[in-house]
Amino acid sequence: MDADEAREETHKGDDEVVADDVAAAAVVKFPNTVFHDSHGQPVVHVDRGVWLELAQFLRDEEQFTQCLDVTAVDHVLDAARFLPEGVHAERFEVVANFLSHPRNRRLRAICQVPAADPQVASLTEPYPGVNFAEREVYDLFGIEFTGHPDLTRILMPDDWQGYPLRKDDAPARVPVTFKEDPGP
Amino acid sequence: MSATDVPDAERLERQTDEGAQELRPTERELPVTGMPWPEQERDGDTMIINLGPQHPSTHGVLRLMMELDGERVLRVKPIVGYLHTGMEKTGEELTYVQGGTNVTRMDYASPLANELVYSMAVERLLDVELPPRAIWIRMLLVELNRMSSHLLFQATNGMDIGALSMMIYGWRDREDTLRLLETITGLRMNHNFIRPGGVAADMPDGWEDEVLACCDSVERGVHEYEELLTENPIWQERTVGVGTITTDQALALGVSGPILRSTGFPWDLRKAQPYLAYDEVDFDVIYTENGDCFDRYRIRIHEIYESIKIVRQCVEKMPLGDYRVQDRKVTPPPRARIDESMEALIHHFKLFTEGFKVPPGETYVAVESPRGEIGCYLVADGTGKPCRLHIRGPSFYNLQAAGPMTEGSMIADAVAIVSSIDPILGEVDR
Repeated sequence: MDADEAREETHKGDDEVVADDVAAAAVVKFPNTVFHDSHGQPVVHVDRGVWLELAQFLRDEEQFTQCLDVTAVDHVLDAARFLPEGVHAERFEVVANFLSHPRNRRLRAICQVPAADPQVASLTEPYPGVNFAEREVYDLFGIEFTGHPDLTRILMPDDWQGYPLRKDDAPARVPVTFKEDPGP
Repeated sequence: MSATDVPDAERLERQTDEGAQELRPTERELPVTGMPWPEQERDGDTMIINLGPQHPSTHGVLRLMMELDGERVLRVKPIVGYLHTGMEKTGEELTYVQGGTNVTRMDYASPLANELVYSMAVERLLDVELPPRAIWIRMLLVELNRMSSHLLFQATNGMDIGALSMMIYGWRDREDTLRLLETITGLRMNHNFIRPGGVAADMPDGWEDEVLACCDSVERGVHEYEELLTENPIWQERTVGVGTITTDQALALGVSGPILRSTGFPWDLRKAQPYLAYDEVDFDVIYTENGDCFDRYRIRIHEIYESIKIVRQCVEKMPLGDYRVQDRKVTPPPRARIDESMEALIHHFKLFTEGFKVPPGETYVAVESPRGEIGCYLVADGTGKPCRLHIRGPSFYNLQAAGPMTEGSMIADAVAIVSSIDPILGEVDR
């Protein structure tokens, strides 16, 4: 996406009525951010380049006290994929759910991660609690979180090959052999 | 029984509707230690040992890697994954109707909370409004489940610390609630009773008396626990001041539920972001100030009383009407209709073969499970199966607090601390 298009996208975001003031602030602050009202919940789609800055902004300026969850979605086989206008689709989405206790509100941030370069900044600096969650995403999707202090497999064995939650990692890929079974 | 009869009521804080507490904004200094691991040993005097994965105090298959200096714990790293069965992957293979059987097996001590959060996520994507009776039945069941889950905690926590009679009492009263849940849902655990569109069946005949009798017996039991433990000097010796954690630490580590409330932070989703009909019942959010094992024990004791309160109000206020939506796309037709109506037969067949289709979209729904915030992130792609089903298990995040809680304490306290986190490994590893 070139600069002109990007500016257009930003304006599109502005024109739309952004019902949530935090999301509105994020749309103004970070270019290419698209606000979306997902069944009554505020969602911002951001560039993965500002993933960490967005989290810092939410924590320091908007009182978002907890990052409750980081997870990912593999969209490679979707029958119909839902995306708001202005978001450039990639194979993976990394999703973070933020909660502000003092303001009693939530915000979800989503960034697109291409399959060719599955990397995104780690949020462990502002929110240390996502340590396990990012390890889980790394383990099951193979998305790397740069700056994570201990990015190792967490649920699968350390020597496991492949990333089980990717859609092209078929279940039952590893045959199960039983005792006294001659095997395949 | 009111709050003032409880021996330690003066030390217990309550957030009532009248005096809703202002939540303190946090000032952060991050205390999270022990994370990059293992490094080279510091010197020859320390020792690295594994507690678990087969240790009875680890509630399943948790392994704690600990660096010890004599009997003092220097660093702790929880290692999980021994119970990983790929339930989120399985969730992508099952239709929305079948999904409940999968998620209910994640947190096996509070299966109804899992079913609830999953069903609420599906309903939000479908934009289905539930009839009031379905909502109240769900609330009744989830609170009964909270009681049984906290009773399980009391039993295992007592056992871990050495109060073995506590274990027997806890199991006894938990069995009462499980028997009641069996009467209502047909199964002791893994009920698959709360389903997208409502609940599986109406309440059985005479359920009010059984529910009230169960409440009475549990309440009597919990009084006994308090007499047995709360003022017991040995119990206090083992738990007071052990495994402390501050609000800032808990927030930074993503901790929720009774552990967060034990640090003086009155946050309960039932009150803060009411779902079901929690804004129509009267209950208090229990919180304490010290953030130690004793407080975590006490909060759960008093949450049982609060749940009993809610359950009694549910019995009193249970509305009449349907227990599921009458939308043939989501709920199967009544058995009698199938014999006389071709349409009903087709609906029934389609629902149980290919399931219903959910329009593309994504949502995150969170409810307060006995262990904290359980969330369901659900992505639909227009087919009859979810594109992604992710459950945010509270234990998964709470377990990260084991490090800061344990570091610097004695190894015997580590058992009390892990037990007070109340992790359910089925939910951690999914």
